[in-house]
Order: sequence, then structure tokens, then C-alpha cells
Amino acid sequence: MMHTKSLSELSTALQKGSLSSVELTQHYLDRIEKYDSVLNCFVTVTAEQALNSAKQADVMLAKGEGNALTGIPLGQKDIFCTNGVRTACGSKMLDNFIAPYNATVVEKLNACGMPMLGKLNMDEFAMGSSTESSFYGATKNPWDTARVPGGSSGGSAAAVAARLVPIATATDTGGSIRQPAALCGVTGIKPTYGRVSRWGMIAYASSFDQAGPIAASAEDCALLLGAIAGFDEKDSTSIEHDVPNYTAGLNDSLQGLKIGLPREYFGEGLDPAIASVINAAIDSYKAMGAEIVEISLPNTHLAIPAYYVLAPAECSSNLSRFDGVRYGYRCKNPENLDDMYMRSRGEAFGEEVKRRIMVGTYALSAGYYDAYYLKAQKIRRLISDDFTQAFKQVDVIMGPTTPTTAFKLGEKSNDNISMYLADIYTIALNLAGLPGMSLPVEAVAGLPVGLQIIANHFEEGKLLNVAHQYQQQTAWHQQMPAAFMDIDKG
Amino acid sequence: MAWETVIGLEIHTQLATNSKLFSGAATAYGAEPNTQACEVDLALPGVLPVMNKEALRMAAMFGLAIGAPVAKHSVFARKNYFYPDLPQGYQISQFDRPTVEKGEINITLGNGETKTIGVTRAHLEQDAGKSLHEDFQGFTGIDLNRSGTPLLEIVSEPDMRSAKEAVAYMKKIHELVQYLGISDGNMAEGSFRCDANVSVRLVGQEEFGTRAEIKNLNSFRFIERAINHEVERQIDIIEAGGEVIQQTRLYDPDKDETRAMRSKEEANDYRYFPDPDLLPLEITAEFLEEVRKILPELPDQKRLRFKQEYSLSDFDAEVLTSSRAMAEYFETVAQGCGDAKQAANWVTGSLAAYLNKQELSISESPVSANDLTGMIKRILDNTISGNIAKQVFEAMAKGEGDADTVIESKGLKQITDSGAIEAIIDEIIANNAGQVEQYRAGKEKLLGFFVGQVMKASRGKANPGQVNQLLKQKLSG
Amino acid sequence: MSLTVKDVKQIAHLARLSIDDDNVQTYADNLSGILALVAQMNEVDTDAIEPMYHPQEVMQRLRDDKVTEQVERERFQKIAPVTEAGLYLVPKVIE
Repeated sequence: MMHTKSLSELSTALQKGSLSSVELTQHYLDRIEKYDSVLNCFVTVTAEQALNSAKQADVMLAKGEGNALTGIPLGQKDIFCTNGVRTACGSKMLDNFIAPYNATVVEKLNACGMPMLGKLNMDEFAMGSSTESSFYGATKNPWDTARVPGGSSGGSAAAVAARLVPIATATDTGGSIRQPAALCGVTGIKPTYGRVSRWGMIAYASSFDQAGPIAASAEDCALLLGAIAGFDEKDSTSIEHDVPNYTAGLNDSLQGLKIGLPREYFGEGLDPAIASVINAAIDSYKAMGAEIVEISLPNTHLAIPAYYVLAPAECSSNLSRFDGVRYGYRCKNPENLDDMYMRSRGEAFGEEVKRRIMVGTYALSAGYYDAYYLKAQKIRRLISDDFTQAFKQVDVIMGPTTPTTAFKLGEKSNDNISMYLADIYTIALNLAGLPGMSLPVEAVAGLPVGLQIIANHFEEGKLLNVAHQYQQQTAWHQQMPAAFMDIDKG
Repeated sequence: MAWETVIGLEIHTQLATNSKLFSGAATAYGAEPNTQACEVDLALPGVLPVMNKEALRMAAMFGLAIGAPVAKHSVFARKNYFYPDLPQGYQISQFDRPTVEKGEINITLGNGETKTIGVTRAHLEQDAGKSLHEDFQGFTGIDLNRSGTPLLEIVSEPDMRSAKEAVAYMKKIHELVQYLGISDGNMAEGSFRCDANVSVRLVGQEEFGTRAEIKNLNSFRFIERAINHEVERQIDIIEAGGEVIQQTRLYDPDKDETRAMRSKEEANDYRYFPDPDLLPLEITAEFLEEVRKILPELPDQKRLRFKQEYSLSDFDAEVLTSSRAMAEYFETVAQGCGDAKQAANWVTGSLAAYLNKQELSISESPVSANDLTGMIKRILDNTISGNIAKQVFEAMAKGEGDADTVIESKGLKQITDSGAIEAIIDEIIANNAGQVEQYRAGKEKLLGFFVGQVMKASRGKANPGQVNQLLKQKLSG
Repeated sequence: MSLTVKDVKQIAHLARLSIDDDNVQTYADNLSGILALVAQMNEVDTDAIEPMYHPQEVMQRLRDDKVTEQVERERFQKIAPVTEAGLYLVPKVIE
């Protein structure tokens, strides 16, 4: 049962030589072949390239080179540029875009000797919470294929949940790692803004975007985060801050840990069934010696309004480069320059992307800047200050990752506002640049629920430790959707 | 009616960095199209800008040179608009927080008076690529080599009142940026160009008239002509009862006229906002102090010092400080030979004439400052006369070696041996008995004739002072 | 703040997005809905608050002035819609 093993178990087998990277990679390719037609996690499967990389990894392993990740295959969210491989970012605009360079995240994981199984589906340009806005069709939730996997990193979360990949990369602008991780019953961490380089990660909202792993456990996340974190001279917003050994502190005791529970995260709008399983998880922490402190993040309700000014404003400008001149989609037979711009962009961007570009364009336009953009940056300060105050009292903050479990495909795709509200608990962190993670707790009616843990800037190690301790005591993270577990011949 | 012209200039100076403002691609001029446009300059998806420290240092240097505050914190903003030579769909520029704040520049007017022109601000920004319209049927070709090259945009107050003042101001800035070494100032290659905001109003009227912006003027001659043309156009409109409309116009040097730009017809809404990929720029006191230390002497200071230290005339001081290279050349010669007067005469005289004729700049001079110093030393120690020196200079310019080599190989050493000179004089006197008689009869003007004969016989090498003295003795004897 | 069909057309042009006439009203409704959501910000007085432009309130890191990129034009132009003689071609630009 190779695909039920943890990364460290796989790594041990690879190092010992009882398992080869080629076997392991082929095993996952077989699973993708068998199940992905149902789930649609992958936009591109790079089987040949993966097997070639696996052969090289086996050589590295045989020579005793490499590290704990060498030989373990993974999936890359299709937002990361991969040299020579189509990088479409969920959009018709980039359907023909073969990236001519590698993102730093990709470069680092390649250097570890991790074969890339393929590129994972996502909401178009990472704008969405259901992966339904992808040009390549919706990804299905492995726990109930009539439901969404969340988004925008829905392909990453669903692929890990169905064990089509041992681990995947993802990105988070307003909850795009944590929300799909929660809805698919897997573990994901969004690091502090600036912890992981953004070079080669196609920008949605530059002051929010951050990459991180989605995996089956906090321990697996710790391994991958250690490999992708760190300063990059190609990203002037990446931070020159030592990368700690994230696995070293996983077993630290939680005795005396102060956990803040923001009352705003347990109020109206939260499904009572979710509240109950979250409270049960918090009880487990009490049992581990943690102390519970009720706190307030009074400006929580303003996070979504501020985000839906700022992220669209940044995206309206970031997506201006898609103009049909140097790469990407160009409309047929443009009559003139303006026609080329209007139709290339109009025909190749989906509805949600166009909506956000227009909101952002409006918010930045003459006469509205102060009322929208500037106002939202002030609200951002208030929200950030809420957290600063809270972290004077507590070590971590906990609450639900999402207000509901996975919703049905199509349920919210015509109601963009209610889709936005699904990110109510996750968005504030991105405004403040804080790290956060989601890990599975007890399911509700067969659907996964995520516990969100938030820590202060650069305290990813603390987050992983707190999550890992829970996963030592409980087995929710080991639950797998039965429908995709039937070819366990490994 | 008497009209007054009001002009403000926005000068775009390309900074002389090796690499671009936000990428590590080269900035060299004239490369094959699109061979100096890397991922960042092409605005590929996922790329990020990383700012060039040297460009910031250069901007700070300019700020110090015009006495402007250099902002402790400045901010890059995105100016959003669509244009094929703008790959990002926005230009990274500075909006409300430029690096260089308000300063000023003095210009000298035609009547010799000095006028102060305010510099509103100077900010860092990216240059765009180039559009080539001619070669493709129905298409425009885009070359992005220039995309991302650092520019310093220097914005003046509307303080100029004539095209001539505008040119004087632009020349002054042109001289300054070259002095500072922050730009090569090459106008033909587009390294130094400007947009002119021009309006007219009745003399005595307080408020400004509606202005037109003339784009992309890249020679001093065009600026003057374009402004004068635009002023006439505006006066004609108003005098005919019309109204000037605010618009962007393009100067066509072939037709000597300006016309409205179609691409700028739509009122632009640039949606400036702080670039989220770039944190605020910080200029610390230490950084500024470092810049201050390497700030060269500025042209105005240098002119004053030259006049005082070397007793130069206004004219010589002006010519000798017209560029930093010229000033350095002169000072090397003046200090090397110890005679500033000789040095000034040779540099502004024979050297300037030669360079002008050959269309060379001072830094391309075939006669180095050391060569010229060596030659003047030979004049001062009487090895050669000033006249012979002209021959030596010509030979040095042709690459025949330094002064001593030329003097030696051409046998140009001055004759100072009295015996040898006397022998020549004796021969001349013997051969020109008639003139000797006239001289002795009182026609002393003939001395010049004898000097000429002696110099000719010595092939110019006899020491003129000695010749004069000995001739007088012998003729009166 | 409710957007009209005319507003939407103007914004769409500023953003260079063609939109079918049939959809303009839908966009007007959607965008107005988002603006209504966003309007919640107005309940807070922020006059005395400093805007926070970036989650990292530190200063920009700069790089040395070195040429580090060797450009392979062919590699970059392989993915371009239309090129000729090393140039990217676009419909004629009228200045």
C-alpha cells in the first residue's frame, strides 16, 4: 500500500533500496490513469518526464546522495511555471503556454530529485473557491464526486485526498490552500508572506500570494516546506530569514500552549455540526495540556470586503500582461490593435476573472481610489492590528477553516457573492501576511472538516508542531475516500 | 496683442547602468531586436522585478546636484495602460513619492543674465520598448530591448518663457547628467529626450493658458522649432477666436509641424497604485553620505574655480568646462606644464580646431593630455618656438609620436647657439646689401624682412628672440 | 454604489475586455453586488488609520548592477503568436 504511507516511510524505503523511485512513480501514474478521469485533478500528466526523473533519483539514491524527499513524486499546481511543460493556470489564455523557465519552487523540488507527476487543476488564475472556474473543467471532491473540492488549489487537495500524489504544491491568496485542504480532508499550510519565493508563480494578487504544500499530514508538510522555503534573490519580497528544521520541533510538548479562540469565528454562519467537531478537537488540545483563551478579532467581518477591493485591484494590473502579443491567446483576425486587446482578453478570460479585473479597474480608477483602494488598505491595517493584539495573549489561534463542508458542484457557481463568503475565516490571514494551516478533524455526514490554526509571522514551526501533536493523538488525517482505495497492490 | 509663452519640460534621461532597472538584462544600445529582453522585460507570467541599486545611487546623485531633498522613503507605483511596447501593461514609475524632490537649476540667458528654473521632481521609471512601423504591411514590429531600461524623469516647473530658455535649460541638464556620469546623454540614441508642455497667455495675465504636450523631442534644434511652431499655432487659434484644447501632439521634423496623436485621444486613467511587488525604497543617511563623497565638482563650481585659479577669461572658462572630459584634459595639461595660459590657448585653439574638423570628442583626441603637456614644456624650455610647436602638434595628431620624438625625428630643435645664428645673419647681410643700406638710412621697418629671411634660412628653428637681438646689433654695426 | 450598463462598458474598455452586449447587464448586477459587499467598509471611520500597503512593512532589497541574463530570443519567441525578423508583430499602431 505505497500510497497510504507517509513521506518519511516512503523515504526510508527509498533510502534502504526496498523501493525504487521508478516503482513508486509508476504506482502513482497508474492510480492517476485509473482515477483521474473521474476526479479531473490533473490538467497535464507528465508521465514520461516523471519516469525519467525517477530514474535519475534512483541513481542519486544508489550513490547515497539526495535527501529525505529524493525519489518521492509530487504534483505541481498549474500556477507554477515549469520549463518545457504547459503552464495554463486554469485559463484558456495560457492553454498554449509552454513555460520557458522554472519557478523557484519547481527548481528547488527538481533539485531534491522529486519526479513531477503532472500539473494540477485550479480555479482560473487562482480566482475561486471551488475549482469550477478552471478552463479544464471542475475537479471533483473524492469524498463525494458530486461536490466541489474547494479552491483554488482544488486539484492539489483532491489529488492528495485520493492519494493520486503523495504530496502537492499549492498557493494561497485568500484561503486557496487551507479551504480545499479542509474540504478534501487533507493537511495544508500557508506560510508567512515572503517565506517561499514567488518567482515563477503566476501572480493573482502580489501582496497576498504565497505558496505552500498540501499533504496527508503535518509531518509531510514539514518536509516539503523545508525544501521550498527560503530567501530568493529573484523575489525582493522573499525574506532573508533562516529556515528552521521544521521536522525537528514536531514532537515538542504542547503543555502550557495558549490557544486563542476568536469569538467571531464561532458565531452566526457557522454550521453547528462543524462547531461541534471543532470544539471536540479543541478538547483534545486541552487534554494535551493546552490552555484555552477566548479572544476577539473585532474586524473579522471586514476582511472579505477589504480583500475584494485589494485582490481585484492587484489582479487587474497583474493580468494586463496577457495581451496576445508575446505569448498566450490571440484572437483570430484582429481588425486593429484595440480589437486585438479587447477580443484576445475577452475571449480567453473566464467570467470570474473578468469580474475581478473589472472590480479592480473600477476601484483604482480616477475618483474612486480613496473610497475603495485606500479605504481597504486602512481596513487591512485594522485587521492586522487585531492579530497583533491577539498574539500578545496567545501562542496560536484556532477555529474552523470553513463555515460549511464541501458544497455541491454548481451550487454556488452562479452566485459569486456566496462563493466569496466561503473564505470568511481564511482571508484575514492573507491581509496580515500571517501563516495558517488546516488539518482534518472528525468528518460531518461523511464530509471532511478542517481545523484552522493561525500563528504569528514566521512561526510555521509552531503551527506544524501543534498540528502534528493532534495527528499523533487522532487518526482523522488517515481517513481516505474508500472509492479510490481499491487497487492497493503495493 | 502681446503674448507670453509658458513652457515646462519633462526630460527623460536614460541612466548609464549596465543592467536594467528591474532585471539583469544588458542595456547596451543597438543589439539585434529582442536579444536584450529577458523574462522580466518580456513580462512573462510569474516574473518579479528586483531593483538595481546603481540606478538609485544615480538618482540620489542628481538630487544632490540640484540641491533637492532626496526622499528617505520613495515608492514605486504602477501606471496602468495598454500599449504593445509596454509588456507588463503598466509602467513601473514613481507617482506621489518620487526619489528626488524639489530643486533648481540656473540658466544663462542671451543677455548674460542668470535665471533660476525650478525642478519640481525627478523620479525613477522603466523605459518602454520600441515600435517599428515601417517594415511590415499592416503590422507594427515590437522590439523590447529598451524595455525596462532605467530612466530618470526630470520634471521642471513651468518657468520658461521662450523656446530659447527651454533649450538653455535642457542643455544645462544635459551637461549636468553627463558631468555626473549618470547618463551618456546621447540624444541620437534616445538616451536624452523630452516632452514639452507649451501654453500661451496674454502678457500680464495671471492664470496659465491651456497647454499642449509635445512628445519625444530628441534634439535641441527640434525642441526650439517645435515649441516655436506650437506657440504660433496656439496664438493663431486664439486670435481667430478659437480655443486651444489640451492634447498630446507629436512633432514631425520633416514637415516642421506638430499634430495631435491619435493614440492619446482617449483621456487616460492610469490607475496609479503602489507596486505590490516592490516595497518602499529606503535611502539611509549613510547611503546618501557615500553618494555625496563621490559627487564630482559641478559645472558652475568648476567654471568659477577655473576663472579664479587659472585666471581664465569667461569665454575660456566656459569652453574648458563644457564637459567633464574637457575640463579634466585642461587641468591635466595646465598642472603638468605649469602654465595655465599656454594650456588654455592650446586646448581652446589648435586642439579644439583639430577635434572640430575631425568631428572627434575630447575623449577621442589622438593627442593625449600628457602629449600636449610634453609639447608645451618644450616651448617653455625654449627647445621649440610657438610656431614650430604647431608642426609638432600636427605630427602628434597624425600619430607620429610624442613631442620629443617628433622634435628629434624632424630635427625641429630650436637653434640657440649664437655663433650659428650669427653665421646665418652674416650671410643674409652679405646677400642683401641694398636692404642693409636702406635700413641703416633709417627704414627700420625692414627689420621684419631680415627676421623673416633668417627664420627661413634656419627653417624656423632659430630662436626668434636671439635673432631679433643679434640682427639689431649687426645691422646697426 | 450601483453600476450602470454604461459604466460597465467604460470599465471593460479601460481593462480591454470585450463583453457581449447580452452580458453587460449581468456584469452590471454582479459588479454592483460586489460593490455592495465592499461597502461594509464604510461603517468604520478610518480617518486616523495609516494604510497598510503590504504585509511586510520593511524596506526594499536592491541588487547590484550586473548583467546576469543571456537572452535566447528563439526560445522566448517560440511561444509568441506572431513574430518576424525577431520582432513581435501586432496590428498596425497609429501614433
